[in-house]
Amino acid sequence: MDRKVRYLPSAKSLALLTCLVFSFSAVMQTAAETIHRERSIYRDITVVQNGNRRCLVFNVHRGDRNQTCVEMNDRDRLVFSYTRMSFAGLLLQPQPKTILVAGLGGGSIPMTLNNLFPEAEIDVVEIDQAVVNVAKEFFFFEENDNMKVTVSDARVFIKRAALRGRKYDYIVLDAFGGDYIPEHLLTREFLSEVRTIMAADGVLVANTFSTSRFYDHESVTYQHVFNEFFNFKLPSSGNRIIITQLSSLPPRGELVTRAQNAADRLKRYGVPLLEYPARLSTRIDWDMSRRVLTDQYSPANLLRDN
Amino acid sequence: MNQAKIQGIPSTVVIAMAFVSGFCIMTIEMLGARIMAPYFGGSQYVWGSLITIFMLALALGYLLGGRLSMRNPNPVTYAMFFIAAAVFALPIILFADVIMRPIFLTIEDPRYGSLFASIAMYFVPTCILGMISPYSVRLLVKSQEHSGHMAGQLYFVSTMGSAAGTLGTSFYFVLYFEVNQILWGSVAALISAGCIILLINYLLNSEASRSQAQNYG
Repeated sequence: MDRKVRYLPSAKSLALLTCLVFSFSAVMQTAAETIHRERSIYRDITVVQNGNRRCLVFNVHRGDRNQTCVEMNDRDRLVFSYTRMSFAGLLLQPQPKTILVAGLGGGSIPMTLNNLFPEAEIDVVEIDQAVVNVAKEFFFFEENDNMKVTVSDARVFIKRAALRGRKYDYIVLDAFGGDYIPEHLLTREFLSEVRTIMAADGVLVANTFSTSRFYDHESVTYQHVFNEFFNFKLPSSGNRIIITQLSSLPPRGELVTRAQNAADRLKRYGVPLLEYPARLSTRIDWDMSRRVLTDQYSPANLLRDN
Repeated sequence: MNQAKIQGIPSTVVIAMAFVSGFCIMTIEMLGARIMAPYFGGSQYVWGSLITIFMLALALGYLLGGRLSMRNPNPVTYAMFFIAAAVFALPIILFADVIMRPIFLTIEDPRYGSLFASIAMYFVPTCILGMISPYSVRLLVKSQEHSGHMAGQLYFVSTMGSAAGTLGTSFYFVLYFEVNQILWGSVAALISAGCIILLINYLLNSEASRSQAQNYG
């Protein structure tokens, strides 16, 4: 803190200092301890432990949205709402045999899928080797015969998978860069490539944010490629999960039946599956006049704050 | 053509054109990563490949431009750099997918994939743009004493152009236009620059020959 005090006390730096002190004291109050710090070429990775809760934090200064946590004494339980929400895809595809997860984070989504479906082949694609290392060292993530990690850009991985004619029953898009989802993973062309690796009855689950102006562009783009999708939002979460498949979406009755069938298996992970069918909405709550994001036009990360 | 007969184009024009070329170089470079991302991803190495190839192309361009300036430096050759760069930038707009697809299919490692794609798409136009700077210095310099001053001024303006091109492209152009529309804009700017130089050169020469004709007539 000494170095900070030596700055000239302009209004701006004072404000910054106040923020720093405030966030610092907030951290102190909860007695979180930084147990590991790693700087990769993509971001700073911090592992923080607070009591029994251990978290992987990207972008500490921007708040805590991009992170995964694990309860050390109850490792199966999924701590975050959006992580639990990503299992709502099971309402559309209850028995996936091939799974692709783009974006590893702390590995809680692939690990849970591996526990639920030990026979399923799971491919995880993660751009940053450092994240893979941290997930293995601090978050109990392990590769096994059926679960493999590839260090690659998701777009490149999916393009190659398409060339090989690979099909997946369950695809989770959870790849986040510095601020948000990288631009080339938001475009019409990318989603068309994702379509080509979806099995006929496969489901796509995409984790996004429910933020202002960008929300419209993203929704219009998904709508353009998939015609319709379930918009899944919960009041407890700033995330919006997009769930879709190639064929037309099942009626709510079917979702409820599937939720009833699978709810017990998901209980130990803390996923309240029975509450989900009522929350899956096909109502259009975005501005349909927004431009579709394409490889030619994808200023996503500029639009986000507007 | 005898060099003595050619009127030098005004230094303000040369300096203004240096701004245009600096601007276009960075506009094309900033869009390069965006163009390659669908095939090679948004990884750090895509920028690595792109910047490496731009640096190498510019380096060679400086060398060749300097050589060319030794032999009969003239505004027509100078204008041709702009027009040729625009022509060789066209494949980036028209054939990007045709160029990148076979590279993607042949080279598994996206580091080398993006490196070869950068060479295929960006090396030639960037190299030609690189020739402009040393050639401009030759056109500007009238005496040994002020050569450093002229070179300094030129690099100042062209680098300011590069800064403006970088900022304009990454902050604003991508927000309103498609990648190819921005590239068409750069091509149009380069061709206009070339044509303006040719026009000024033509006007100056015809004026010179008219006054010569009057003197001898």
